[in-house]
Amino acid sequence: MASSAVRASRRSRPVGRRHPLATVALLLVGLVGTGGAYALFTSSATAETSASAEALVEEGGKLFAANCATCHGLNLEGSTQGPTLIGVGAAATDFQVGTGRMPLAATGPQAEKKPVQFTDEQVQALAVFVASQGPGPAIPADMYLTGEGYDVSNGAELFRINCAMCHNVAGAGGALTEGKFAPSLDGVSAKHAYEAMLTGPQNMPVFNDTNLSPEEKADIITYLKYLDETPSVGGFTLGSLGPVSEGLFIWIFGLGAIVAITVWLTAKSN
Amino acid sequence: MTTTPTQDAPSKTRGQRFTSAAANYIDERTSISGAVKELGRKIFPDHWSFMLGEVALYSFVVILLSGTFLTFFFQASMVEVHYEGSYAPLKGIEMSAAMASTLDISFDIRGGLLMRQVHHWAALLFVASIGLHMLRVYFTGAYRKPREINWLIGFVLFILAMAEGFTGYSLPDDLLSGNGLRIIDGMVKGIPVIGTWISYLLFGGEFPGVDIVSRLYILHIMLLPAIIIAAIGVHMLLLIINKHTQFAAPGRTNNNVVGSPIMPVFAAKAGGFFFIVFGVITLIASTFSINPVWVYGPYDPSPVSAGTQPDWYIGFADGALRLVPPGWETEWFGFTWSFNIIAPLVILGLFIAIVAFYPFIEAWVTGDKREHHIADRPRNAPTRTAIGAAGVTFYAVLWAAASSDLIATHFKLSIEGVIHSCQALLIFGPIIAFFLTKRVCIGLQKKDREIALHGYESGRIVRLPHGEYIEVHEQLDEYERWKLVNFTDYKPLMIRPNAEGKITTGQRVRASASRWFFEDRIAPVSQKEIEQSKDGHH
Repeated sequence: MASSAVRASRRSRPVGRRHPLATVALLLVGLVGTGGAYALFTSSATAETSASAEALVEEGGKLFAANCATCHGLNLEGSTQGPTLIGVGAAATDFQVGTGRMPLAATGPQAEKKPVQFTDEQVQALAVFVASQGPGPAIPADMYLTGEGYDVSNGAELFRINCAMCHNVAGAGGALTEGKFAPSLDGVSAKHAYEAMLTGPQNMPVFNDTNLSPEEKADIITYLKYLDETPSVGGFTLGSLGPVSEGLFIWIFGLGAIVAITVWLTAKSN
Repeated sequence: MTTTPTQDAPSKTRGQRFTSAAANYIDERTSISGAVKELGRKIFPDHWSFMLGEVALYSFVVILLSGTFLTFFFQASMVEVHYEGSYAPLKGIEMSAAMASTLDISFDIRGGLLMRQVHHWAALLFVASIGLHMLRVYFTGAYRKPREINWLIGFVLFILAMAEGFTGYSLPDDLLSGNGLRIIDGMVKGIPVIGTWISYLLFGGEFPGVDIVSRLYILHIMLLPAIIIAAIGVHMLLLIINKHTQFAAPGRTNNNVVGSPIMPVFAAKAGGFFFIVFGVITLIASTFSINPVWVYGPYDPSPVSAGTQPDWYIGFADGALRLVPPGWETEWFGFTWSFNIIAPLVILGLFIAIVAFYPFIEAWVTGDKREHHIADRPRNAPTRTAIGAAGVTFYAVLWAAASSDLIATHFKLSIEGVIHSCQALLIFGPIIAFFLTKRVCIGLQKKDREIALHGYESGRIVRLPHGEYIEVHEQLDEYERWKLVNFTDYKPLMIRPNAEGKITTGQRVRASASRWFFEDRIAPVSQKEIEQSKDGHH
């Protein structure tokens, strides 16, 4: 009901091509159009892509030289500021750049998620460029990322065994040493989750395909999707942090409410 | 508050006639009127902090009710089953019958999840209200003679409540509770020589075994509740025998209790309050999730989730383990001595023992054999309040340390920094808290003294004929002043030779402890001083 009200109020605002967001919308339509067409083009006709792939590598190379080479070196050889990227593959590039972790805003305990600095095409171009410089894990196929048709209970078990010690059983995240941390998995896209498992960004271990097969990774992604989409049955989760938030809650709000009531009960009537 | 009985019988309504007939019927057969007369006149002083023990009692009743419901459906067995209930991400997973039945209670039994959450939230509130109740009793000195025994019983109840909590937390056999048990197992095994034997005895073999859930279940639903109920009975009996303490006020002396009698005022209030407590617990339980065991999954010794913590009341012990510096382990006489386990055990044991025996320690130091029925204002016992503040700080640091990882992630700190800060705070925090609190108390006492003698600043500025400005001080009335001047005051004990004319070491220790307790003191305002100050003003 609330959303329909919002929609109604949006509709009542001035519309038309002079709308301040018209350019943005136009840009978006254009980008989605080209991006979609490109995706269609690359996935359906691999033979014809060689020419555009070359163009993509070239574009990626330019972007790399402008945005990444300061630390990672013009030939991906790395420097004292950043590791070599030869052999990290398209998956690692897509994850790091696609989640906004790269380019790094500032050095710190670890690169943190932030608004993505490039368009999807540019991310794609960078990934293709990095992959062209040395073989590495590729961007996962869509069939593993749907979160459907896979074994959710196997995914949950694998998650508890392999992921929960850092990311917490509910994917709420957890602390690592020296200020590093395992981030919350809430709202992480299937593609990025898969790439993270495959490439082990930051402090995360690599779960290669012999360690966790693509099907098993897909199971885990199915479970993450289940966690994301299923509302909590018990009510508000208090951050899924377990007994600490529950204890704080009972002391502050539970006992707080009770003490307020005792004060009220024993107050002198005036 | 007594109501005079109606004089003329014929004017009674039907309801009244029925009530008196029924009361008479019961009284003629049980002679209960004597007990009702005695008990019905038990007086409860009105102060909000005197109701915290009630909160504990009522949450315990809620725990009993909801717990009984849970026993109808819970299977305390570690038999392996494959879960086939309605929670999809665990379907077909191998787990114990305990875990499977907990999931069934949560997903497939009507009202089961609400009952589980009521039970768990009520348990957290139970221990929390006991804690707050103990703090109230401590800081008002309500544990002094004749109530030392009742303090001890209350302390036993606190320990039993924690034991109840921990055994209950371990029953579902989920990942979180299994990890908790693993820590207990590790601590037990860390006790030199006998540790391993005790662990094998407890778990019926190597951890986790197949017995622990059913053993804890018997403790959780039979033995511990039985002892708790018995101890609550004795606690309440002593409460009636000893009568309530009360805060100083006009008309309140060491020999009376001013407040409402049980019948009818207090009983009505208390009955209503029970339902309020029940309501608050149910409201919390129906809106906030607690211990979602389905997320944790069945226990498996290999995985440990990030953010694995015990329920809040065991947190201080977890914190103590986390704060031990690395490498505290050695080998003597062919045995491994894990001081990383032994040190926290000893320190926590000492801490708990001091809490338990504090009334006796203080009674020995003060040498006070009088009965005390007037509750102290915390400021009027600066050293005791300061010791309490130090104890609270010590506990709080341990408690905070148990969530060191969450503090690190949520405040963007490094976990090592959090741990090192807690280690330093554990030692220096109580010392700082002690001196700070003592100074604050003495400052407040000085302020009280000044107000009692000279009144409070009214903010009214008067210019005298010769040009001088003065601020008029308003005097307190007798009633208000009474609250400020009426408190027991202790002086340091003198060393006195005993009957044989000797000064024993015990005497010396006692005298120095007494000096430490009472050398900084503000004497209560005497009547003479009040009169003198009045003369000065007029």
